[in-house]
Amino acid sequence: MAVDEETVAQVAHLARLQIDENRVAEYAVEMSNVLALAETMNDINTDNVEPMAHPVHAVQRLRDDEVSESNNREAFQQCAPAVEEGYYLVPQVIE
Amino acid sequence: MQWETVIGLEIHAQLATRSKIFSGSSTDFGAEPNTQANAVDLGMPGVLPVLNRQAVHMAIKFALATNAEIGRRSVFARKNYFYPDLPKGYQISQMSLPIVGRGEVEITMDDGSVKTVGLTRAHLEEDAGKSVHDAYAGQTGVDLNRAGTPLLEIVSEPDLRSAKEAVAYARKIHSIVRYIDICDGNMQEGSFRCDANVSVRIAGEEKLGTRAEIKNVNSFRFLERAINFEVERQIDIIEGGGEVVQETRLYDADKDETRSMRSKEEANDYRYFPDPDLLPVEVEQSLIDQLQQSLPELPESRKARFITDFELAEYDAGVLTADKATADFFEAAVEKSGASPKLASTWITGELFSRLNKAGLELGDSPVDAERFSGLLARMHDNTISGKIGKQILDQMWDSTDSADHIIESEGLKQISDSSEIEKMIDDVIAANPSQVEEYRGGKEKLLAFFVGQVMKASRGKANPAQLNELLKQKLNG
Repeated sequence: MAVDEETVAQVAHLARLQIDENRVAEYAVEMSNVLALAETMNDINTDNVEPMAHPVHAVQRLRDDEVSESNNREAFQQCAPAVEEGYYLVPQVIE
Repeated sequence: MQWETVIGLEIHAQLATRSKIFSGSSTDFGAEPNTQANAVDLGMPGVLPVLNRQAVHMAIKFALATNAEIGRRSVFARKNYFYPDLPKGYQISQMSLPIVGRGEVEITMDDGSVKTVGLTRAHLEEDAGKSVHDAYAGQTGVDLNRAGTPLLEIVSEPDLRSAKEAVAYARKIHSIVRYIDICDGNMQEGSFRCDANVSVRIAGEEKLGTRAEIKNVNSFRFLERAINFEVERQIDIIEGGGEVVQETRLYDADKDETRSMRSKEEANDYRYFPDPDLLPVEVEQSLIDQLQQSLPELPESRKARFITDFELAEYDAGVLTADKATADFFEAAVEKSGASPKLASTWITGELFSRLNKAGLELGDSPVDAERFSGLLARMHDNTISGKIGKQILDQMWDSTDSADHIIESEGLKQISDSSEIEKMIDDVIAANPSQVEEYRGGKEKLLAFFVGQVMKASRGKANPAQLNELLKQKLNG
């Protein structure tokens, strides 16, 4: 599968990545190469293979439903750029 | 043209666990902003989610209550999108292997008809935080207390054909999650949220029309109104030669309309993939058996039992069993009071409910509990008091902690069932109203109500109504 420049821009947008427009063509080639590599796996018959959800063959351990955390707001908010009345402040997200 | 409405619902039920789905933070509602958001909930680097056992058990209980397949091996996936109330940049959810598969529920419509509605799936996921948009100039405030609260997203098949059916289905799911005690069902606080996928098509068409997803509906009444508005809007567009756009629309209860959420709808591309931080969840048969044992009697079977054991009408049995607290209250009231189920049913769904509605209270917060209510029913059952006095006593019980017996005693409200005493009052009334007596005897029989009223008044409402009626007729006719 070949990745075109439009797809590169779209993927960058979804990941909120700023990319140099001059390098988009280059990225398109590199991403196409990576996908071509993965394509080789399509030659293998996987009809009877269960999709792997995790490389480790183990089952999820569960924890008891207990409140084990106390309020650490002050400590956490020390690394936030802006807080007010306990809220984290971010640039306005609706018009 | 004949149009057909097609609706599917996505219900998000917050699971009533003490702690979050992937962290040990509290899930209590209403705390100060961000005081219940720890490193996992904040999406700090290097943290790992650890799954809450109770959330898994609750999802399995839901599957058992809806005859649904149980995903014996389910997998968590990352749903990627950017929004400030989702600090990790992805929501941990389930995609191709959910914990609950296909199931079904029955809904009963007002006309008594029954319809089976298919459940597509239900999966576990984490809730996002909350954004406050208008409190800070040019900025959005983010509270992550809700982030990581466990949700069960329950997805229906597009089986619903009207707003009324959609509401009946939503109520049914609401009833089930409350019965099995996995969600408190509080729609105002957002613990039970409904999104509706609505489309229309010409009756008889196979192909589904383009749908709009309606969000922000926080009551059953608004759900019905939002769907009805949306159906009209879509029909108007198509009949006007236009095309419905697939989009998310918000319901505005104040204006009673839905409106587009974004001017430029961006195609969602969530790029789901299995979350490498979580291993697959496996459910053993022994756990399923154990949870099956722990399930209470469900609304359907309880309703059937109420009809058989208590000889209640289908409608009354439905009202009493829709909510577990009501059904429990009713059974306790019948048992403790010895009153007939019919009397208990009438008084609970009538007098008690109207007082609760007026006060804006849930049954669980009723000032008169089942114990005291039974005391009142018992005195009506044994004819110590009439229904009329019963209402007066219930009012007094509402504002005090007194028992019905205490109020009857202290206020002298015991019903007068002594014939001679009632007869004496009748004689006085007849003597005082000679012209009405003449008219009555001349054939104006509806004056009977006048005489009943007069004697009742003389007895200060305490005359036994059945006895009064009989004696009065004898006297007037004789």
